[in-house]
Amino acid sequence: MTALLQVENLATHYFTGDGVAKAVDGVSFSLNKGEILGLVGESGSGKTCTGFSILRLIDAPGRIVSGRVMFDGQDLASLDTAALRAIRGKRIAMIFQDPMMTLNPVLRIDTQMVEAVRAHSKVSCKAALDRCRQVLAMVGIPAPEERLASYPHHFSGGMRQRVAIAIALLHEPDLIIADEPTTALDVTIQAQILAEVQKLCADTGTAMIWISHDLAVVSALADRIAVMYAGRIVEQGRAAEVIEAPLHPYTRGLMDSVPSRNTRGTPLRQIPGMAPSTLDLPKGCSFRPRCPRGDGACLSQPPEVEHYPGASARCFHPHMREATAEMPA
Amino acid sequence: MTPIIDMSGVTKRFVRELDAAEKIARRLGAKVEERTVHAVEDVNLKVARGEVLGLVGESGCGKSTLGRMVAGLMTPSAGAIRFRGKDVAGLKGKDAREAALKVQMIFQDPMSSLNPRLRVETIVGEAPQVHGIVPRSERDAYVADMLTYVGLDPAMRRRYPHQFSGGQRQRIGIARALAVRPDFLVCDESVAALDVSIQAQVLNLFMRLREAFDLTYMFISHDLGVVEHISNRIAIMYLGRIVEEGPTEAIFGGANHPYTQALLAERPVIAPGKRKFSTIKGEIPSPLSPPPGCHFHPRCPHAFARCKVERPALKEIAPGRKSACHLNDKAA
Amino acid sequence: MSDTALDSVNLDEPARGARPGGSLKRILARLFEDRLALIGFALVAITAVAAIAAPLIAPQNPYDLAGLDIMDGGLAPGSQSMAGKTYWLGTDEQGRDMLSAIVYGLRVSLYVAGSATLIALAVGMAMGISAAYFGRFADTAIMRIADLQLGFPPILIALILLAVLGRGIDKVILALVLTQWAYYARVVRGSALVENQKDYVAAARCLALSDIRIMARHLLPNCLPPLIVVATVQIAHAISLEATLSFLGVGVPITEPSLGLLIANGYDYLLSGRYWVAVFPGVALLLIIVGVNLVGDRLRDILNPRLQK
Repeated sequence: MTALLQVENLATHYFTGDGVAKAVDGVSFSLNKGEILGLVGESGSGKTCTGFSILRLIDAPGRIVSGRVMFDGQDLASLDTAALRAIRGKRIAMIFQDPMMTLNPVLRIDTQMVEAVRAHSKVSCKAALDRCRQVLAMVGIPAPEERLASYPHHFSGGMRQRVAIAIALLHEPDLIIADEPTTALDVTIQAQILAEVQKLCADTGTAMIWISHDLAVVSALADRIAVMYAGRIVEQGRAAEVIEAPLHPYTRGLMDSVPSRNTRGTPLRQIPGMAPSTLDLPKGCSFRPRCPRGDGACLSQPPEVEHYPGASARCFHPHMREATAEMPA
Repeated sequence: MTPIIDMSGVTKRFVRELDAAEKIARRLGAKVEERTVHAVEDVNLKVARGEVLGLVGESGCGKSTLGRMVAGLMTPSAGAIRFRGKDVAGLKGKDAREAALKVQMIFQDPMSSLNPRLRVETIVGEAPQVHGIVPRSERDAYVADMLTYVGLDPAMRRRYPHQFSGGQRQRIGIARALAVRPDFLVCDESVAALDVSIQAQVLNLFMRLREAFDLTYMFISHDLGVVEHISNRIAIMYLGRIVEEGPTEAIFGGANHPYTQALLAERPVIAPGKRKFSTIKGEIPSPLSPPPGCHFHPRCPHAFARCKVERPALKEIAPGRKSACHLNDKAA
Repeated sequence: MSDTALDSVNLDEPARGARPGGSLKRILARLFEDRLALIGFALVAITAVAAIAAPLIAPQNPYDLAGLDIMDGGLAPGSQSMAGKTYWLGTDEQGRDMLSAIVYGLRVSLYVAGSATLIALAVGMAMGISAAYFGRFADTAIMRIADLQLGFPPILIALILLAVLGRGIDKVILALVLTQWAYYARVVRGSALVENQKDYVAAARCLALSDIRIMARHLLPNCLPPLIVVATVQIAHAISLEATLSFLGVGVPITEPSLGLLIANGYDYLLSGRYWVAVFPGVALLLIIVGVNLVGDRLRDILNPRLQK
């Protein structure tokens, strides 16, 4: 089965006055229809940039310097703008961390949503409004009439994010890229939105890339997880496997440092030091200065190796799993 | 044993007064009211010396406002805050200043909590020098010591904040607070803006400093995992009121109040396998017009008639545990 | 008791960020990138140097009545004097060398405008920051006074003040200060209100620092960038306002003429052909105002995007 989205060696660099920041440096992954991929990383890891690069939403001084983004047979990275515009919003939709990046504060909700509908399909206003009501109900907004007539500032953060998700669903996209959509929301509201999203993906078969720094959310939601560090994917695999038996020392260190996985009252296990600036990456493996397993071999860039079927890591000294794991031939 | 901080009946109301046009409109018969936000309502809380009290809640619950009142940045509209038994509001002059220095605050945003125009040595060293804690000649060495305690290289003290990362800036903020020799620290979402791996470092730092300097903390956070790890006791707030209070293990082992139960059930934990999210319905109400009676009743799965009318009192349900829910009365 | 072990925190290279506003060198470098701003800066620099070095470079002291020769009066630019000196810009009807007069006039103009701007800046900053910091009644009081002030045309205020106070350089400076402080106060109040909400100010209050210290050491330095831009452009206003007042005859005394007064003196002769007495001081005035404005514009462009970073 050909993948819905295949990213091959994507590289996005920012050419600043201080030097070249390699925000995304050789990222490859694939996504099948209906699958949810969790793209996990801390600040500066390049996860948001990767999501933006797929839709070519990168502004100067940033630029996609190499790689391909194969979506349904076309390379998005080199597509002409007209064709790209036909895909954005219709076949690939995006949800941002701040819903005000989607919503125009001076337009009513119905105006904006109808505009979004008619951007890609020539339908009457009435038909467009019907579709709007439909998606608003899908995201759990009861009595959509009142909501449609309001402005974004009448809503709470959670409600705005639901409207943003609804807009993303208007054209039944094949893929939704969600960039930390629940990070700014309260726990109870986040749970509501996550429940809606789970249901939606199950019902409509939409694939999703869920970008987040929150391993807990991703572990509950995603089919597969890719962990990013300093612009590269350091580990990817099935969600349950990455959580239970992480290969890469960074993934392991990250999970160990979460308070809920440590004994109460004892010092938390921590990863020493700080992530490097993408302007000045260390030689070889970017994680080596902080890695308990780093040694001389790590001074050369480790390739991404598939250690087990469906599970790969970019490391010379991964934490291999015990017991009977099938090794690739 | 006198608690180090004793909040009794602490209330904070923010009133948006009517301007001239609205006053005229009211005179003419329009229904225009002053808008009052009940940010904090009748909070009674004691913090014992040496403990870490975790204060948990979502947006609009008033935990930050309460923290600022304890730190002396806001005055309560009603009620009293006592530091070592003495009412802070009643102190004057030198006593007021000394009490103020004993309670310090660590802020949430590492970007805006340091003055961008001052060098780190000034940020940390200004207050101790001004208040005479350390003479001018020894200030430099004192600042170097403070930076070392928080895990920063003292050679960096002549740099400016923008040259440091978020985690390092939080450390500078902690050094600034420690430099005036406080007894009590209010940590207002101090690790919320940090990455997970840096968060672990800073939390460990907090725990070490507590031991080393015999400090007491009020740790405000929305992150239950963090609060569970670092606190001895927890208080949960909802829309300005404390709904439950007790030792950490007791609460995380079995919460009493329905809101606490929902919070604990809904927080995502790292575990393999996809899971369904359970939710409570409804939005968080606005603090401008909180629901009558028990503020939580519109979203509570167990609400009944009494909840809509009468505010539940924070009662002791077990030694050291309190909860504000009418269900406890029924069970009794 | 002290835990002196450093966290094994790797401290070799801290994250680099843009210093708010950029370092002075960077600002100057970016300033000079734009050719217009460069020209502006050159104009300002030349006039400032000329003004400061006036006694050294002026061929003649125009205030020394003994040095004037009425026989040299009314000579066109480029003519020779009785003694053989060349009057490059001509002379006025009393034999004063226009070049020297302009150079000395620049001195007075810049001195008056410069000191007025500095004093107005200081007063405006103090008022604006106090209004923002103390809020409520102080804010209302100060800002309403400022609004009143700004509601009147500056010329009107200055004229009324000078009519009451009389002539003299110090009185002109006072009048200029009183017309200008409100503008600075308003700008500073805007930034100070924003900065006042930030956590570092709350931290300073938590540390029981005095109000004066917080306002001067914490708020003030962070409110400077927009002020610098405003001040640069306001110098130009001050120069032109002073020139106007002197032209109208209520500004500086005749003994220390500024460019405005020179223009006034030469005004009567404009139509009779002796244009140089009024035009050259006017050109000098124009050049310095344009120069200051060009620099101010560029400075605003440089400082603004950085403020948003």
